[in-house]
Amino acid sequence: MPANPNDQPTILALETSSGACSAALLHQGAITQHLELAPRRQGDLLLGMLDALLKAAELKLSEVDVIAFGQGPGAFTGVRIGTAVAQGAAFGANRPLLGISSLAGLAHAGWRHYGGGEQRLFAAIDARIGEIYCGAFAVNGQGQAQPLGSETVTTPEKLTVPEIAVTHGVGNAWALYDEPLRARIDLAQAQIASTIHGEAQDIAALARWSLDQACAAELAQPVYLRDQVAAIPGSALLDSAPVAA
Amino acid sequence: MRVLGIETSCDETGVAVYDSERGLCAHAVYSQTEIHAVYGGVVPELASRDHVRKTLPLIRQTLTEAELSPEQIDGVAYTAGPGLIGALLVGAALGRALAWAWEVPAIGVHHLEGHLLAPFLEDKPPPCPFIALLVSGGHSQIIHVPEVGIYQLLGESVDDAAGEAFDKTAKLLGLPYPGGPQLARLAERGDPTRYRFPRPMTDRPGLNLSFSGLKTYTLNALQQTLGERDDTEQVHADIARAFEEAVVDTLVIKCRRALESTGVPRLILAGGVSANRRLRERMAAAMQPLGAELYYPRAEFCTDNGAMIAYAGWRRLAAGHQQPLAITPRPRWPLTDLVPLA
Ligand SMILES: Nc1ncnc2c1ncn2[C@@H]1O[C@H](COP(=O)(O)OP(=O)(O)OP(=O)(O)O)[C@@H](O)[C@H]1O
Ligand SMILES: [Mg+2]
Repeated sequence: MPANPNDQPTILALETSSGACSAALLHQGAITQHLELAPRRQGDLLLGMLDALLKAAELKLSEVDVIAFGQGPGAFTGVRIGTAVAQGAAFGANRPLLGISSLAGLAHAGWRHYGGGEQRLFAAIDARIGEIYCGAFAVNGQGQAQPLGSETVTTPEKLTVPEIAVTHGVGNAWALYDEPLRARIDLAQAQIASTIHGEAQDIAALARWSLDQACAAELAQPVYLRDQVAAIPGSALLDSAPVAA
Repeated sequence: MRVLGIETSCDETGVAVYDSERGLCAHAVYSQTEIHAVYGGVVPELASRDHVRKTLPLIRQTLTEAELSPEQIDGVAYTAGPGLIGALLVGAALGRALAWAWEVPAIGVHHLEGHLLAPFLEDKPPPCPFIALLVSGGHSQIIHVPEVGIYQLLGESVDDAAGEAFDKTAKLLGLPYPGGPQLARLAERGDPTRYRFPRPMTDRPGLNLSFSGLKTYTLNALQQTLGERDDTEQVHADIARAFEEAVVDTLVIKCRRALESTGVPRLILAGGVSANRRLRERMAAAMQPLGAELYYPRAEFCTDNGAMIAYAGWRRLAAGHQQPLAITPRPRWPLTDLVPLA
């Protein structure tokens, strides 16, 4: 496997953690992608997209260096479809598997949207029941993302963020919680893009920087962030298991 | 032809390899019972999460035990429904992607067809036609099977499934989830003459079943005994026995009726409740005067498992059926919607 991005690794990537379904192939330094806004249709589309990408590049699955997938956080079901497909493909073709944070992917999408360069982005998406999944990232001129602090699930009101001047806010949480988020984040004159989704091409681009972390297929697992999903009878906890679609 | 089978429709992860020449090569089941026990029932989100953790390790383990390399697998079968949508999605996505990567055909299997064909995993498989009694956690059906792939529904439960009734009654008796097998064990020590529960719907024609009313009899028996008897444990055993007798008797009466009215001389038992010892014994005794044969799978293939999915998948793949390159589980999927094999 190529050890650094300049060796032009071949990466097959997918991202299904949001309402979109996308697959991308990074090959000989060029990226191709299929993307559809397809809530609940990822199962119908994903494998066909991956297959078409490989066929168009006249590649076999076993010839890719790494399979990368958006491992969440996001919609539970979407995250699991992506993980299971990535696991099946990686195990089946005997290729290493690399899980990439879907929030980092979203930050990278924002970085692309705003024309690259050095950016500090706050990525936040709706997690239902009044909460958000969020994380801050510094992205450098080459598109390498560095997490600033850890990713969390929280209500916007309880959000604590690193003391950084954010240049851009991305993700649909900004459309829902603009006010509480602005109250807590040092935005200065930041720009906000709430309609951006992380895409497979972002996962592929980020994967270039962490190829050494690729692992055996079964070791790559979803990241949910939310672990409290059911109440034990008799305990006075939330019963409204937030089962995301 | 060798087929890898994957089952993830509910709270068991099952994987197996079936070889059309040699039979079953290896199989493994991981049960999530412990995860769900504290909730008193299956929590779908937790079930889905655990399938993602367990399915691939089980596939690796099964291939190793079968001493097979991936190149020796000719097809992948996975449960496509009915079941919990999130749980089904894991097995379907992983299985379909695996078949794609291996460049072999894939097939989405109907979970109940899997249960129905489980007796074919045994040394003496049943010839067709046969009548099937499918009694599981979610279903109680009497089905006429003129040939594999054609399923004619003769009767079914109008309320609780037999396994569901076992589990609910067990809960009333204070047994931990899932209580069916424990209730059966408790019933062994019960006095069958102590209580008598009705045999629902046996006094009218037809092959439908009803088990939800038995809960009331259990509750009444429990209440009536309060103060009367202080040997609580024996009371529970006696009630368990009365319940089991009622269910078994009812199923025997209805199956006898199905065999007589169709003239089919063969019965198979399938689904989790068909592991019940008393049901097997009583059904076997009832077959003798009819000159009918009885078939059932070994106990571990009565409940959910990958072997039955591998087998059913092989039958369909061998008949030329295939699943296109899409992941399309069907949480609700009537058995009678299945297309015939040929
Ligand atoms: N020895 C037994 N006696 C009675 N019931 C039993 C026994 N063993 C298992 N069961 C019952 O079988 C059921 C589980 O069977 P199975 O795994 O086939 O059902 P399921 O997969 O949950 O439902 P379905 O197949 O309808 O989707 C449970 O309700 C359990 O209590
Ligand atoms: Mg079952």
